[in-house]
Amino acid sequence: MNVLVDNFDVFAGGFWVTLQVCLLSTAGALLLGTGAAVLRISPIPPLRWMGTAYVTVIRNAPLTVIFFFVAFGLPALGSNAAFLDIPGLNKVFSRLGIDLPYFRFAILALSVYTGAFVCEALRSGVNAVAAGQAEAARALGLTFTQNLRYVILPQAWKAAVVPLGTVLIAMIKNSALAGFFGLSGDLSQAAQDLAIVKALPVVPVFIGISIGFLVMTVPLGLLLDRVERRRAVAR
Amino acid sequence: MTDGVTQASGDHLIVFDQVNKWFGNLHVLRDVGLRVRRGEVVVVIGPSGGGKSTLCRVVNRLEPINSGTIWFDGRRLPEEGRQLARLRSEVGMVFQSFNLFAHKTILENVTLGPVKVRRERPATARDRAMSLLDRVGITDQANKYPAQLSGGQQQRAAIARALAMQPKAMLFDEPTSALDPEMVGEVLDVMTTLARDGMTMVVVTHEMGFARHAANRVVFMADGQLVEEAPPAEFFGNPRSDRAKDFLSKILTH
Repeated sequence: MNVLVDNFDVFAGGFWVTLQVCLLSTAGALLLGTGAAVLRISPIPPLRWMGTAYVTVIRNAPLTVIFFFVAFGLPALGSNAAFLDIPGLNKVFSRLGIDLPYFRFAILALSVYTGAFVCEALRSGVNAVAAGQAEAARALGLTFTQNLRYVILPQAWKAAVVPLGTVLIAMIKNSALAGFFGLSGDLSQAAQDLAIVKALPVVPVFIGISIGFLVMTVPLGLLLDRVERRRAVAR
Repeated sequence: MTDGVTQASGDHLIVFDQVNKWFGNLHVLRDVGLRVRRGEVVVVIGPSGGGKSTLCRVVNRLEPINSGTIWFDGRRLPEEGRQLARLRSEVGMVFQSFNLFAHKTILENVTLGPVKVRRERPATARDRAMSLLDRVGITDQANKYPAQLSGGQQQRAAIARALAMQPKAMLFDEPTSALDPEMVGEVLDVMTTLARDGMTMVVVTHEMGFARHAANRVVFMADGQLVEEAPPAEFFGNPRSDRAKDFLSKILTH
């Protein structure tokens, strides 16, 4: 177990990088997913088709393939995802601004992939809102956008919290793939480095890495349980 | 269109002309023609599945129609979009299942439309909401959530919500059918007052008492058709059609 103690800084550093990837990807996935969900329930058919196409393609493609397309496809197209170097945000997450694009690529791949699942979780939430709610809003004269914003989405969020949490936990674990697509210093790449390059015992290294992921996923799960229980009381 | 203007002119607020509506193969509205004058209270009664609710719901296009024309206040019902939203804001609607916004307090329910649709100042909307809640007798419930209220209180709140838009007409789609018997009266009282104050109302209901004392006209509807229409005393005292006689004999013998 000395491996864990001696390399604590490596594990802690990996944890911090993975946490950053997950926080930013969560924001990205929620944005993309909400956008896609709005498209999928919009009254305009071409918008619905766009939303459906995104979900169908992305949800059914392996994450590895999406990482592959981002990490190798984007540079071939001449992009290094510099649009993610968002002023202000890059002060907090300094890696957004560095030349090596793999941090940005990881966030892009995870956001795009997870967004499709967020979309469907939100849609299940929208479907859980009684049809009469939207009807009453329409009868008052609210437009489609107002209806979504003031009546449907606030209620849909509550109904979607549990499936959304599952999606985000899956995303945190999926982030382990980033280390294999150029990202350095995250938990998975740290594991590779310790176990293969430094030839340390594999089992303790992976126990350390697992702890790093559990520190993120377990509290998230507990938080979701609490939210769910508060919802149960509120009914 | 010129025909429409002449049809809808004068004191008719709601005009149906040859309106047809299908749900798949089910012909729910058959060549319906109906004119509702300003300030008139029309009560629609008839057997279940006869198209009463649909008649109510096509007025603000919650259900689109397949053929025919509906005019509201001299204008043809617009297609989907902002025009339609504006029309809907002029027609209050009260549902069987209340449909209060579950995540908002009663006060927020009543002010949402005026603030977001009419762009009223929140303080103005709030003042009118409180006076409307007072009018329906639930000021003390203003800061509660719908689920904390009884059915009768919820339905009265829903009426206040619709009135907050200062509508030209009110549609009631079986407003008391989901209520416990002891709460029916309080909702009907509010509706009766509203009728007396001159609101134009289309009321789909099974409450024959309300039809008798509050309606200017009773419309009997069965199998998607307007079978008979008459002032309440005439309709209940001397129904002409066999269909209406049969219906009344079934509900009035208990």
